Amino acid sequence: MMSTGHPPRQGRVLALVLLLASAVLLLLGMGVGSTGLESLADMRHDPQAWQIVWDIRLPRSVGAWLAGALLGLAGAVAQGLFRNPLADPYLLGSASGASLGVALAMALLGVSPLATEWLARLGLAGAAFTGAVLAVLLTLLLAQGVQHTLRLLLAGVVVGVVLGALTSLALLLSPGIMQAMQSFMLGSTSFVAWPACVLMAAVALFTLVAAWAMSPVLDGLALGETTAQSLGLPLPALRAALIGVLALATGTAVAQTGLIAFVGLAAPHLVRSLVKTTPGRLIGLASLTGAVLLLSADLLARSVLAPRELPVGVLTAVLGGAYLLWLMHRQGVAGPRS
Amino acid sequence: MNGTDLALQARHLGASLGGVPVLHDVSLGLRAACWTSVVGPNGAGKSTLLRALAGLLPHSGEVDLLNRPMPVYSGRERAQQLAWLGQGESSPDDLRVYDLVMLGRLPHQPWLAGPTASDHAAVARALGATQAWDWRHRLVGQLSAGERQRVLLARALAVEAQVLLMDEPLANLDPPHQADWLLLVRALVAEGKTVVSVLHELSLALQADDMLVMQQGRVVHQGACQDASTHSALEQVFECRIAIFQLAGQWLAVPRL
Repeated sequence: MMSTGHPPRQGRVLALVLLLASAVLLLLGMGVGSTGLESLADMRHDPQAWQIVWDIRLPRSVGAWLAGALLGLAGAVAQGLFRNPLADPYLLGSASGASLGVALAMALLGVSPLATEWLARLGLAGAAFTGAVLAVLLTLLLAQGVQHTLRLLLAGVVVGVVLGALTSLALLLSPGIMQAMQSFMLGSTSFVAWPACVLMAAVALFTLVAAWAMSPVLDGLALGETTAQSLGLPLPALRAALIGVLALATGTAVAQTGLIAFVGLAAPHLVRSLVKTTPGRLIGLASLTGAVLLLSADLLARSVLAPRELPVGVLTAVLGGAYLLWLMHRQGVAGPRS
Repeated sequence: MNGTDLALQARHLGASLGGVPVLHDVSLGLRAACWTSVVGPNGAGKSTLLRALAGLLPHSGEVDLLNRPMPVYSGRERAQQLAWLGQGESSPDDLRVYDLVMLGRLPHQPWLAGPTASDHAAVARALGATQAWDWRHRLVGQLSAGERQRVLLARALAVEAQVLLMDEPLANLDPPHQADWLLLVRALVAEGKTVVSVLHELSLALQADDMLVMQQGRVVHQGACQDASTHSALEQVFECRIAIFQLAGQWLAVPRL
């Protein structure tokens, strides 16, 4: 009876399907835009069409895929770390921190997210990233470290509310930035260029490897704090490191694409509803799922009202919300699990 | 008792929960290759003592595990020698039984190396010993409370540690599985393992080799379960509201009405 019968085969199949879907969606992403498929057909001999496909559509699609991967990864880490299926990447205050950073940068420096100048974009992305990381540090400070999960969550809520209020105040004092701010808060992939893709790819790779290296802690934590400790896991150090991974992945995604809703929350749930796996093995799959989700949403946002486009954050919020409601309904029908 | 055959030894152990002192200057030695049950009224500090002995709670005083001071062990070494089954610990609903029990092998696996054939064999043994092998592919959320307790027990057994500490391991188990648990513990002890369990069911606790009777954060008696002095200490801490009788060669604690 040595057959364990539980190779992570399901997981490998899902990973393969997600990778294939990614490739197909990226190809589609090269064809979808205000000039339609023409640009794709003409790109060999028309430099303008080449530019549209290579410098606008492709980096944007790759960027959506990478930002989704970062959010999916952050969501899986957050849900494993806090042992709470409602945890999402923004729960330690990073979203409100990033908003405040961007609002302050725009109010003080007068830059708009519509500005295409590379420097201005870099300034805003930098402000968002700094805001996100500072907000997480503030949460850690208020929670007096990383050891008390409940205190961390509460501190995250407090930081979120206070920084949100400060952001509103900044908006009130300089109403000129209102519209630009709105687009950041909704989340958009339309400004992502190649340098941002390279940055996100590097961070995604680093955080994925780091989270994978620490995955035994997430697995052990599934059994509760005391049991995880009894298994000899170095909890304090690795929990701090995982929060670092969470902040880095979230901050990087938010800095490039704004506050995209629900991807980080829904991706791990989607994986769990498809395959039964451990919290550690969930990370990679959730990351791929987040990538496919955001890229699909981005394609929809570009094509539904073409040639106009929807902010992708609106779509992820509507679709993600609907999905979670359906999941709730399905579990409700199946009956509460004792 | 000389120091060589003790699996766990505590000197002047003290611990607080939320600023309230719960253990007061506890010194004890638990015999190796024996089963010791820890009993006492609610709030006597039984679970706290167990957690302090397992090195899972900050405490004052010293604990020796297998004749070496606890601080000498790395977390991983300690986890290989001492397994823990907590009371009312969370169990993740969306994990498969097999994957959950495999977590008990974490202390034996090199970091990120994944399970080896011997890990799979240990998990199979643990699932077999708790009659949980048939549900290895089921999700923990699909199990009843008693079935889940057997899976958690299998997780602790899968560590295959020399010393096994269990807090209320019989919670939610039906009588046949309580009897199975007793046989399992006896088999472990016969293999030379040391078992320490906090039990509320006194008649089951009296099946152990030794008994540790606690009251208000102190050990008031330690002795063999067969001894009359242990029985009278037990009746004392429960305010003589119980009586201990012998029936068919087993000691029984019944309420004195």
